[in-house]
Amino acid sequence: MTNNPYRPRDWHSHPPSIYPDYKSTVLRNPKKPLIPIRQSLTEITGPVYGHDAVGPLDHDLTKNAAKNGEPIGERIIVTGRVLDEDGRPVPNTLIEIWQANAAGRYIHVKEVHDAPLDPNFLGAGRFMTDESGQYRFITIKPGSYPWGNHVNAWRPAHIHFSLFGQAFATRLVTQMYFEGDPTFAYDPIFNSIPDEAARQRLVANFSMDLTEPEWAHAYVFDIVLRGRHATPMED
Amino acid sequence: MTTLKQTPSQTLGPFFAYGLTPEQYGYAHRGIAGNTLAVPGVPGEHVRIEGRIFDGAGAPIDDAMIEIWQADTDGNYADADRDEAGSTAAFSGFGRCGSDDDGGFWFVTIKPGAIGDGLAPHIGVIVQARGILNHAFTRIYFADEADANGADPVLKSVPENRRNTMIAARSEAPAGPVYRFDIHMQGDDETVFFDV
Ligand SMILES: [Fe+2]
Repeated sequence: MTNNPYRPRDWHSHPPSIYPDYKSTVLRNPKKPLIPIRQSLTEITGPVYGHDAVGPLDHDLTKNAAKNGEPIGERIIVTGRVLDEDGRPVPNTLIEIWQANAAGRYIHVKEVHDAPLDPNFLGAGRFMTDESGQYRFITIKPGSYPWGNHVNAWRPAHIHFSLFGQAFATRLVTQMYFEGDPTFAYDPIFNSIPDEAARQRLVANFSMDLTEPEWAHAYVFDIVLRGRHATPMED
Repeated sequence: MTTLKQTPSQTLGPFFAYGLTPEQYGYAHRGIAGNTLAVPGVPGEHVRIEGRIFDGAGAPIDDAMIEIWQADTDGNYADADRDEAGSTAAFSGFGRCGSDDDGGFWFVTIKPGAIGDGLAPHIGVIVQARGILNHAFTRIYFADEADANGADPVLKSVPENRRNTMIAARSEAPAGPVYRFDIHMQGDDETVFFDV
């Protein structure tokens, strides 16, 4: 469907839907081919939020759930820009993140990993990108955590990201990883992405320039959403 | 030619609830959307949409997140004034619901109006779960719109024996109309998913 307003998902960049090394993909993804669709208003419009959707502490995970102090762990800045494939900024898009605490423990009630919860850390936040597509979170560097996929399975430390961009069609849910993680080679979720260059686009790089003296390391993670075809088709 | 490459998709994993659907599970965090889209007074026919989601072995998926995006009763999407600093529409048109232990999910909403282009009234759906690396797109159509459904170009592009996987059956309950929309990720009844 080359006359669609939005470019298709780039299947060289995304994982296959079924990747048997990540066991729960096997029964949970379509086996029949996806059916092409002509994008209508349903796909080229998307949820919109006013700026009141984001509270003053929503971007600061070290403060937005603090009860009697600061959360334990390494305070970090996570920042970057949301762009489309043509390098255009994606402004006013809501980014939601969630993550484990410094010990590698999620607050989720069904999480059973034997690591401590932090009374001052929830692990969820949100940010509305500015006119240049920029976002910035303050958080705690998450720990790696074990999961039951195979023997001695550990997830590389990561932060979950969820955003829509300008349209239902450009929705992206992904995970941001940290430069230098020793477990990359062993993680089937990370390695489900077949292309090495594409995997590296999920790895945030340490930035000395953005690191703040006496305060916090900074990591940069830019996000690229599907762009529009040069000749938009909608009237 | 594009200048930048798309950021790869990854699963939302099993632990999204406190971030994305916190109120539903009682976490002390405010979500941006829930599964009640229509409060009393919103124009249109108030309906409930409910269903369950199943994996290829027929087992319920208890950690899925279903998102819906729909027009209002007049067929208008709330992002019409996107350029004017955010939506003020009373009906946002966006909802999300995590699945329960039985794979169940539900929405309290209104039935959307037709949006034009010959399309029958429908709702856009995104399905995610642990184990889903690329979110799946489908649509909800309405069984009581047989004529419009018969003319809908998207439904017509789908093999006839699979169209019913997207058509929600209607029943009348004391609290109002209920549409049933189950999602089968695989199997004989595999839901139609689109390459949006
Ligand atoms: Fe995770």
